[in-house]
Amino acid sequence: MATDWAVDYNTKIPNNIDLAGDNRVLRALESWLPGYLNWWHDMGPSGFQESLVYLRTAVTVDPKGWAKFDYVRMPEYRWGILLAPPEPGRTIPFGDHKGEPAWQEVPGEYRAMLRRLVVIQGDTEPASVEQQRHLGSTAPSLYDLRNLFQVNVEEGRHLWAMVYLLFKYFGRDGREEGDELLRRRSGSEDAPRMLGAFNEATPDWLSFFMFTFFTDRDGKMQLESLGQSGFDPLSRTCRFMLTEEAHHMFVGTSGVARVIEATLSAMRRAGVADPTDIEAVRALGVIDLAAIQRKINLHFSLSLDLFGAEMSSNAANFFRSGLKGRYQETKIADDHRLLDATYPVLRVVDGAIAPVNEPALPALNMRLRDDYVEDCARGIERWNKLIASYGHEYRLLLPHVAFHRKVGEFRGVQASPAGALLTAEEWGRQADEWLPGEQDRLFIESLMKPESRPGEFAPWIAPPKTGIDNRPGDFEYVLISP
Amino acid sequence: MGDSADRRVDFRTEPARYQHWRIELDGPLAKLVLDVNEQGSLFNGCTLKLNSYDLGVDIELADAIQRLRFEHPEVCVVAIVSGKDRVFCAGANIRMLATASHRHKVNFCKFTNETRNSIEDATAHSGQRYVSLIEGTAAGGGYELALATDWIILADDGSSAVALPEVPFLAVLPGTGGLTRVVDKRRVRRDLADVFCTLEEGVKGERALKWKLVDELAPRSQLTQRLARLVTAAADGPSVQKGVPLPPIQRRETADGLEYPAVRVELADSGRSATLTVRGPESCPACPAELAAEGGEAWALRAARELDDALLHLRFNQPELAVILLKTAGDPVVALAYDSLLADGGGDWFVREVQLLWARVLKRLDLTACSLAGVIEPGSCFAGTLAELALAADRSYMLDGELPGVEGEATLALSAANLGWYPATNGLTRLRARFGGDEGAISAAEGASGRPLDAAEAERLGLITFAVSDIDWQDDLRLFVEERLSFSPDALTGMEANLRFAGPETMETKVFGRLTAWQNWIFQRPNAVGPEGALQRYGTGQKHVYDVTRV
Repeated sequence: MATDWAVDYNTKIPNNIDLAGDNRVLRALESWLPGYLNWWHDMGPSGFQESLVYLRTAVTVDPKGWAKFDYVRMPEYRWGILLAPPEPGRTIPFGDHKGEPAWQEVPGEYRAMLRRLVVIQGDTEPASVEQQRHLGSTAPSLYDLRNLFQVNVEEGRHLWAMVYLLFKYFGRDGREEGDELLRRRSGSEDAPRMLGAFNEATPDWLSFFMFTFFTDRDGKMQLESLGQSGFDPLSRTCRFMLTEEAHHMFVGTSGVARVIEATLSAMRRAGVADPTDIEAVRALGVIDLAAIQRKINLHFSLSLDLFGAEMSSNAANFFRSGLKGRYQETKIADDHRLLDATYPVLRVVDGAIAPVNEPALPALNMRLRDDYVEDCARGIERWNKLIASYGHEYRLLLPHVAFHRKVGEFRGVQASPAGALLTAEEWGRQADEWLPGEQDRLFIESLMKPESRPGEFAPWIAPPKTGIDNRPGDFEYVLISP
Repeated sequence: MGDSADRRVDFRTEPARYQHWRIELDGPLAKLVLDVNEQGSLFNGCTLKLNSYDLGVDIELADAIQRLRFEHPEVCVVAIVSGKDRVFCAGANIRMLATASHRHKVNFCKFTNETRNSIEDATAHSGQRYVSLIEGTAAGGGYELALATDWIILADDGSSAVALPEVPFLAVLPGTGGLTRVVDKRRVRRDLADVFCTLEEGVKGERALKWKLVDELAPRSQLTQRLARLVTAAADGPSVQKGVPLPPIQRRETADGLEYPAVRVELADSGRSATLTVRGPESCPACPAELAAEGGEAWALRAARELDDALLHLRFNQPELAVILLKTAGDPVVALAYDSLLADGGGDWFVREVQLLWARVLKRLDLTACSLAGVIEPGSCFAGTLAELALAADRSYMLDGELPGVEGEATLALSAANLGWYPATNGLTRLRARFGGDEGAISAAEGASGRPLDAAEAERLGLITFAVSDIDWQDDLRLFVEERLSFSPDALTGMEANLRFAGPETMETKVFGRLTAWQNWIFQRPNAVGPEGALQRYGTGQKHVYDVTRV
């Protein structure tokens, strides 16, 4: 009996971990898998479970050809367990243990901390699938529908990646956590997801693009810093996840760009010159730049909260213990221990926002957030170039990090997108200008009509430059009722 | 801050001035909502994140518990809940613990323990059942707060957890009775408790229930319902009564101490000794109804509150105080009449609360780390309730004879108050504990209750330490104080605590005894508070370094 399912699982589950020879993980997976499939059925994309979707599946870790594209029914997707290839002689790149050989087993001293890191990361993966489950019915094209599902199945695989670590290295506790990951639900009152932004709704496609741009980019930063981990299996797992995550960023960056493009070209065709003439722009059935700016403000601020408090003893402990490094740790020229280093942290001092030099170790969340903000700014610049190419001076802006925050230093204050501290009354008067409101919601909702003809796109979004897997423009990415 | 924390602490507060707690009243239910003002620490530079607390937070809690008993007897369930999202309470603030003086920490822990005990006391005796609703994390002192309540409901949301992470995180022990209550009160199996107390992230859901760390699991959406069910079950009791408001305590600073209407504190020896005088009642209400009408101004209530405030003041604001001479003044006959009145009002809730308050205040006196001497002289009023002060003292001196210029002789009188109203932490009356198992001595003393005893008789019955003639009186008292001041304060604290709590162990004696013996030792050790210790290093990102010698 045991041999039968072992063989079966090993062929069904792409892996480079010798799954067939790993009884412990196999047995844990065996009891977890039905729950996972139930979860996918209950909380995965609503509808389309019988559709054939042109998806890529990660099958190996060979950088030249790690993925295979084919039509597949989502519940039959081959979720796999793939870790970046081991680097012989890898050492711990930072912290107290810098220079020691990277751990291949969990050090007992850091077991609790590591488990927490894995669980928190793992909790975000299924959360986004849950948040996006209703979007299929309003997809603006088959191309976008396919991209949504690609992101969803890969978030599912990222859950597998974290569950693998829990099963392999954390014994009974790990198996219990694996079940808990399926029990918590985004937005649920009884058992919400662990982090705030993952309990927010993703009500429309513009939100989806914003989410993949901003929130998945937080995921990227977290994976980048966990990719530095001295716990080698975590590092290798996260490094491979980053390969897939790149596509999610692409969906966000190009998605928003295509919305902007549809708006600007509709304006050009209709002779509307002023992008701030909201009424004229909306009359064209496209989304005005001001509404896009408000979505940016919302999603950026929610995503900043994911970095946690600026000053955090957990962050310090994670680094010091060699578990979670900085973004591109190995490329930074310093001692990688930071015992005496300082880092400028933005704080509210005497009623103004000012940088204060703080010990670098507890300020690591702040540092990662700074790297994130820089990464976001580069994406925004691409959108601004697109706007400029249509001859407009309008610029989209990242709001100040103090704007609309629920976590950390700025939680107790109100700040404008420009970073001016406001009284509650001033904030109340202007919040509607800065954050998406009921009018935006109704308008965007009115545009969300599904377009399921191959090669056709809803009018509020432009077609992509190139197809997925170099497929032609009219390629039928999803066979909805095969 | 070393000792910005050692600035003067005032324990007097009222709900309108609370910064960290809210009392939300709803008929038989009171919610105590913990919503700590992060910037409201007593300590400079401490941010009270995640509903962590310092002494200031606990002062408000103690006040709230007291007020619910007196001002809201209609309340039969008190629910401790968090006003913050996804965190119940993170326990004592770690930065505060890392930087406060040892003296402050010890006094802080003692006070928080007394407050937790008052929660259990209210549940056991005042018909106010305390329950906790935990959403989010209850860690360290946060879980210990819940442990003091009679029923713990934990949100079953996959992340709410209870934890005692002191050992792995901070190299100290849970300082508010956590270990004792886990095994002695909740009867958690000791091996599971061992696992629990070393799990940084604690235990959640089914396992917490199975291990008996909590009493009930509930989905977040049903917490309110579950609470309502507890209220329905408890509200079955007596009808709603009108409470007695607690007026502000009147206190005046004098050149050498404090003056309250019923209590006076006079410091001497540069703050190393004090005379604490409690004035007895000037008159006695005719019946319990008249007593209730006096309300917050009734002598028995006022004097207890003032004595309590004075003791806390001395503990926190007089760091070098070593000796307290306990005196009383007034008419013992009136005091005995007062006790008779309280005895007659046995069924009355207000009388019961007054007696319970005295019991708590007298325990506070027992737990005060100062040498206590009862000084019984002509004009003093050691009768019944006030005689308990002499019985609480480490020793007592009674003048045998008269003093020039004072009319009459010193007397001591026992009443029903000394025979059962005020059990000490060991569960025994001070009289009973005083004589060990000597039933003959106990019944002889009990048989002498109700009438004034002179020094010779009091000495014969073993109720006083020394009957002193007038020619030796001043000298003996002076020598006692001077001798006490010459001893090591640490050794005295240890010696007195060992001798004061004879008799059986109870949960309270264990909590305080272990706090004194273990926690205070660990709090002094370099592994916790040395420059490389866990408490000092916590939050810096730097790792602790332990001396691995096992002591």
